[in-house]
Amino acid sequence: MAHTAVESLTQPAAYYAIRWQTRVYCAIGLAGLLILVILFAVTLGSVDIPFATCVQIVLSRIPFVDIAPSSLSGFGADLSRGTLETIIWDIRMPRILLAGVVGAALSVAGATYQGLFRNPLADPYLLGVSSGAGLGATVAILIPFTATWMVLGSVPLFAFVGAMGAVAVVYLLARVGRTLPVTTLILAGVALGAFLSSITSYLMTVCGEELHGIVFWLLGGLSMTNWNEVLIVFPCVLAGILVIWLHARPLNVMQLDEEQAQQLGVNVEKVKLILLGVATLVTSSAICFTGLIGFVGIIVPHIVRLIWGPDHRFLIPLSTLVGAIFLILADSLARTVLSPTEIPVGIITAFCGAPFFLYLLRRRKGLALF
Amino acid sequence: MIELQNVSLGYHSRAVVYDINLKTSAGEMLGLVGPNGSGKSTLIKGISGVVSLFSGTILVDGRNTRAMKREELARIVATVPQNPLLPAAFTAFEVVLMGRTPHLGLLRYEGKKDFAIAWRAMELTGTQSFAYRRISELSGGEQQRVVIARALAQEPKILLLDEPTAHLDISYQIEILDLIKSLCLERRLTVVIAVHDLNLASQYCDRIVLLNGGRIRAEGSPAQVLTAENIKQAYGANVCVFPHPINHLPVTFITPGAKCKESNHQFTTTRN
Repeated sequence: MAHTAVESLTQPAAYYAIRWQTRVYCAIGLAGLLILVILFAVTLGSVDIPFATCVQIVLSRIPFVDIAPSSLSGFGADLSRGTLETIIWDIRMPRILLAGVVGAALSVAGATYQGLFRNPLADPYLLGVSSGAGLGATVAILIPFTATWMVLGSVPLFAFVGAMGAVAVVYLLARVGRTLPVTTLILAGVALGAFLSSITSYLMTVCGEELHGIVFWLLGGLSMTNWNEVLIVFPCVLAGILVIWLHARPLNVMQLDEEQAQQLGVNVEKVKLILLGVATLVTSSAICFTGLIGFVGIIVPHIVRLIWGPDHRFLIPLSTLVGAIFLILADSLARTVLSPTEIPVGIITAFCGAPFFLYLLRRRKGLALF
Repeated sequence: MIELQNVSLGYHSRAVVYDINLKTSAGEMLGLVGPNGSGKSTLIKGISGVVSLFSGTILVDGRNTRAMKREELARIVATVPQNPLLPAAFTAFEVVLMGRTPHLGLLRYEGKKDFAIAWRAMELTGTQSFAYRRISELSGGEQQRVVIARALAQEPKILLLDEPTAHLDISYQIEILDLIKSLCLERRLTVVIAVHDLNLASQYCDRIVLLNGGRIRAEGSPAQVLTAENIKQAYGANVCVFPHPINHLPVTFITPGAKCKESNHQFTTTRN
């Protein structure tokens, strides 16, 4: 294979410094891109608002930035400034931010599961999160009363409990003494997932007119997002990603087999338990409002691996940024392509993400991913 | 150094190694020999803490391993497993750098010192020339040397090796065992090495332990342990043992079994 200038250096410190620098610059670039994508996405929608106006309104809402939107005359003469602010800040912005947070959450959870299981097919839904959440949401839609806890409605509440509960059951089923064999865990997850999905399917066949709501939830989507949801999900996901990032080096070592990782001083069972718990929490809190958004969690970590390599110290933060950008763009397409009808965002993620991924895969063929 | 007192080890509820008493000193190279399934690998895994200890006590460097955290143990004991699985997409240098894991906390990244130690380990094992190549591009022997480099990067006091020369050609067998022997002598490293090749064991080890059926059957210098009777008893194989022409250490010669002689005989008679 071709050796780049970097690889011809012999001193490891210099070699590493350059690789770190490149990836840090990439991360800064992606963070900048994320901000641009957010601002761009704000301009899209049924009401056409120019980019400059959007930027002004967004900036005016950020604390400590004192820019009064100056000249709003000239466009949207029929819309008052208050209406524009409502559209941008209360309707579009929370939806875009939630898309970013959910994209980041699913991508990082996917990267974590793939790393833990040393399996490229792993995704955030592998251990029954999706079927648990699906059953929870279905039950919540079907029960005649609504429960609320704090600001959470019954559907996200039941979905969250279902998702966490399903993984907890899988964990207890797969545990052998003090150890948690990965193969048993995956098989238990698949089996319990099938079991719970069968219940959901049964409920769907007998539920009658609520079917539309259930299908809509199961397909996943970001419509009707409000600020409360963003403010609940964001801290959970951020904290979860930080905890996972802290364990990036043990996760690297665990890419060896478990015995070697233990012989190198990693407490494998503890790291497994922490990462499984946190990745599941991040996934559950992300999807309980949005429903099952597919494909992001499996594809984004692979894209990042193909471009920047398998080191989890970069994989985790770069997946966060790429996942956020990816889902914001996908959701922007989902709500504008057939406007005013919305396409489920999962269709867009697979339809646009898969070809891009296949292109990268072909370009780097023969090179190991893990 | 290592001290095993009445140690029994095994998997799940089945013991594989029984009642082992063994003591090694610093700078000693101890060879474990014995037929397949005799418990060599289990004993090595037991000392490195990845197989459960049923009874008895293992002391490393005077400390009971039951009371030690994994990372504490890994700062003293480094292991080269028999068939190590390595992540294909990582570079050789990244894998060697993983040897620094027990010396780094959760929040610390490798510094200049760690790079220097890993780089030096790669120099000793002759792996620097492919340091930045991915594991998937390396041969079995190159991967084996990367794992040995990783163990050296741990800066251990005790080095456990399970068949480290299994994938190596004869020149690398000598090179790797020379290196291990020199570390043993110069850095007073305690080495426990499981070997299939009785002649390699004889040439390099100060002391040899012959295991069979999970128990120690013979223990002592190569000349004491590697006798035709001991080998016949443990392996059920007929061999001749003669002194090496240069250093007089025992050398084992195999002779073809009875079936082989018969067919040879038939072959010669039909030709005639």
